[in-house]
Amino acid sequence: MAETPMLEMRGITKRFPGVLANDNVDFDVFAGEVHTLLGENGAGKSTLMKILYGMYQADEGEILLNGESVDIPSPTVAIEHNIGMIHQHFMLVDTLTVAENVALGLPSSRGFLTDLDVVSEHIVELGEQYGLEIDPAAEVWQLAVGQKQRVEIIKALYREARLLILDEPTAVLTPQEVDQLFDTLRQLTADGRGLIFISHKLHEVLALSNRITVLRQGRVTGNTTTEGATRHSLAEMMVGREVKLAPDKPEVETGGAALQIRDLEVIGDRGNVMVDGLDLDVHAGEILGIAGVSGNGQRELAETIGGLRQSNRGSITIAGVDTTNKPPIEMRHAGLAYVPEGRMKNGSIGAFTVSENLLLIDHADDQFLSRGLYDFGAIREHCQALVEEFAVKTPTLETPVKSLSGGNIQKLILARELSGTPQVLIASQPTRGVDIGAAEYIHKRLVEQREEGTAILVISEDLDEVFALSDRIAVIYEGQIMGVVDPADATREQLGLMMAGIRPESVAD
Amino acid sequence: MTTANSSLRSRSRYVAYLVPVAAVVVALLIGAIMLLLLDASPIEGFREMIKGAFGSADALTSTALKATPLLFVGVGITIAFRANVINIGGEGQMVAGGLLGTTVALVLPDWPAVIMLPAVLIAGMVGGAIWGAIPGALKAYYGVNEILSTIMLNVVAVQLMNYLLRGPLIDPGEIERGTRIPQTERLQEGADLPLLFGSGRLHIGPFIAVAVAVAAYILLWRTPIGYRVRAVGQSTDAAQYAGIPVKRTIVLAMTLAGAMGGLAGAVLVFGSESHRMVTDGSTAGFTGSAGFNGIVAALFGGLHPLWTIPASFLFGGLLVGGNALQRAVQVPTPLVLALNGIVVVFVVATDRYRRLLRERASQAETAAQLASQAESNDDGAGEAAGGGVPPPIPPPPGSPPPKDEATP
Repeated sequence: MAETPMLEMRGITKRFPGVLANDNVDFDVFAGEVHTLLGENGAGKSTLMKILYGMYQADEGEILLNGESVDIPSPTVAIEHNIGMIHQHFMLVDTLTVAENVALGLPSSRGFLTDLDVVSEHIVELGEQYGLEIDPAAEVWQLAVGQKQRVEIIKALYREARLLILDEPTAVLTPQEVDQLFDTLRQLTADGRGLIFISHKLHEVLALSNRITVLRQGRVTGNTTTEGATRHSLAEMMVGREVKLAPDKPEVETGGAALQIRDLEVIGDRGNVMVDGLDLDVHAGEILGIAGVSGNGQRELAETIGGLRQSNRGSITIAGVDTTNKPPIEMRHAGLAYVPEGRMKNGSIGAFTVSENLLLIDHADDQFLSRGLYDFGAIREHCQALVEEFAVKTPTLETPVKSLSGGNIQKLILARELSGTPQVLIASQPTRGVDIGAAEYIHKRLVEQREEGTAILVISEDLDEVFALSDRIAVIYEGQIMGVVDPADATREQLGLMMAGIRPESVAD
Repeated sequence: MTTANSSLRSRSRYVAYLVPVAAVVVALLIGAIMLLLLDASPIEGFREMIKGAFGSADALTSTALKATPLLFVGVGITIAFRANVINIGGEGQMVAGGLLGTTVALVLPDWPAVIMLPAVLIAGMVGGAIWGAIPGALKAYYGVNEILSTIMLNVVAVQLMNYLLRGPLIDPGEIERGTRIPQTERLQEGADLPLLFGSGRLHIGPFIAVAVAVAAYILLWRTPIGYRVRAVGQSTDAAQYAGIPVKRTIVLAMTLAGAMGGLAGAVLVFGSESHRMVTDGSTAGFTGSAGFNGIVAALFGGLHPLWTIPASFLFGGLLVGGNALQRAVQVPTPLVLALNGIVVVFVVATDRYRRLLRERASQAETAAQLASQAESNDDGAGEAAGGGVPPPIPPPPGSPPPKDEATP
């Protein structure tokens, strides 16, 4: 391509105290292409994009738009330069209509009076052109997640964005919605727009991009066209070594149902039914994966099993003990281990040290006490062994946990939860936001635990993860199990339909 | 490893130690300006202040006695704040402790000191504990804001004191004479705090306070109860997940904090030179505002019981020295009060900045330590987490539990 790229970022360097977030990064986008920025959390993707969008200023390097060097001191200037950003977390006002959200912050063609009818007309036009149909008069809170995302894209297009940054746009979508989104994105590039796609879902990256740039620890470690790349080669570039995307799973004889859930009903934070008459059995020695779009009751289900939430109706039995609405400590005694979804919210205490966090559950256990006082020798021995066994990277046992990386915190939680001999393990989003190396390790440990005969319930929004780990997959939709399938027979599309609320019987017809 | 760690200590860490000291220095500089405006010599004033607080055995005795209730209350505040309960009720808890201790001393027969003294001190603790447990339970079970309820209970306590000392507990002699000064009769001698070193004033109170501070340190960092208190203070979500009874722990922390305040009140009564409980109608008349000043001592000590010992002593010195300054350079008493107020404002206001610095320091230190390990650590990860023996006194850790702030 001899033409001038619409965006060229040259030698971008950005330092934060103690961290080199971007180190001499080069990145460019040509009109009509999707250029993916791939990398783990903390690799510097967001920093680079925030510099482009004017939220940070680079310490070194320059940005060229259509060959001209520009200075982008704020998002307002970025928008003036026709740069649009679709944030992972929607920036919409729930109580306003679609048209009002789109017009927000823009001057009206009628001065002091609003021109929402003009805005609405334009929204409809854009919708027809790009497959983004939406009712401009609908209030945002009424919209489904996929529709909200359309509003975000329309907002950017309305502001005449030529260069669009999409920050993990697929995280909240069902596979079908992802396909729809990709159709729209392809039309946008066909019209000569440039797209920057940020994701860590490798198959999506391969499906959508023209070119891929991989970042690791702030540096560009790979630059390839999609034809030349495979999931393995990309993962290798991200991590810097060979990785296993799916753990080896030996055959395991399954035992009886160690976790039994019957007719469970749980009310969510907003007072609506989030788990709706759910039945589920998880057997000793199997991994049951729960797939579903975020917000369909997964969190409430896990929290109820773990004792953080009360059920309204129904029962939960752990290894033969009825633990329905018992305090968390009784579930622990029954043999439950629980890796909660909120790594920093529930799973650990940021200001506490590594040792203290490893003792979170067993802090009153006799083995750590001598005459009522903590026996620091015994504690150190126990914690040292866990840290080594689970390869938690920490300078000392006295380091506060909040200064460790997400992957290491997750390994620490797993180390703590697997340190007993759990009968049942609930792993809620076990690798979300965790680097590939740590995720690979966590998967390996989960599979090993299955060989020990633990019944494992994995709740994940990452379909790849569910496929890689599960012996059976249950799909949850609006608090109900739509069906349980064998991952060997199931396809992504089948699961997608079930995740959208269509039961397999009707799929077959 | 230890040497490597210390050389990797971030500069922010040292700056964090200096912040409260700098806050006091700046406050005193403002005091100097006020003195200059009043045509008094700040140099002479501060010299007299230091002399008055630390310059002689007598000065040190005064300072130690002034510091004693600060230390009791400060230790209690530390326990409550560690559980993320903002206890502003030190004043009321002191009064409640003084009252129950006094009542027990009046009611009990004339027992020997070995039994009598522990009995009245324990009664004082119980009185304060009740005054702390009430707002604790209201917060834990009904979500009542503890700042409001503890302040309200301060008011209730002072009215209760005024009623009891004017009525049921009043010295019968006051009624006979018709003077009706609201005070008790001279309490029985078995309840007097023993005096030390042949001094006329120095009793065992300061030493009890130091012992209590050490005990609180052991409780907070060496026992499961303390672990629970700190876990609840840092994250009720994580504590609940861990099966810790969050509500009971909040009540417990406030009960302990109240007991410390109650002990302070009892020591004031039984260590007083008149050996009576007296009221001038205000709380401060009894407590000397130690219930509030103890909060400052606790913050100055980084909410760590052991650091609160020197912090209380210094703050006690400031109060004693302030009076010396006032006498020496002949400035109005309000100036001394203002000076104390300014110190309080500066210490409290810079506390957040200090926490921020500590946070930054620990982030930077961890990054540096990991980096230096990555370089030097080809011979096995075994050493990776080999931190030394835990220091006997952890450096004053973070003050009121920072809620997990999203790191950028």
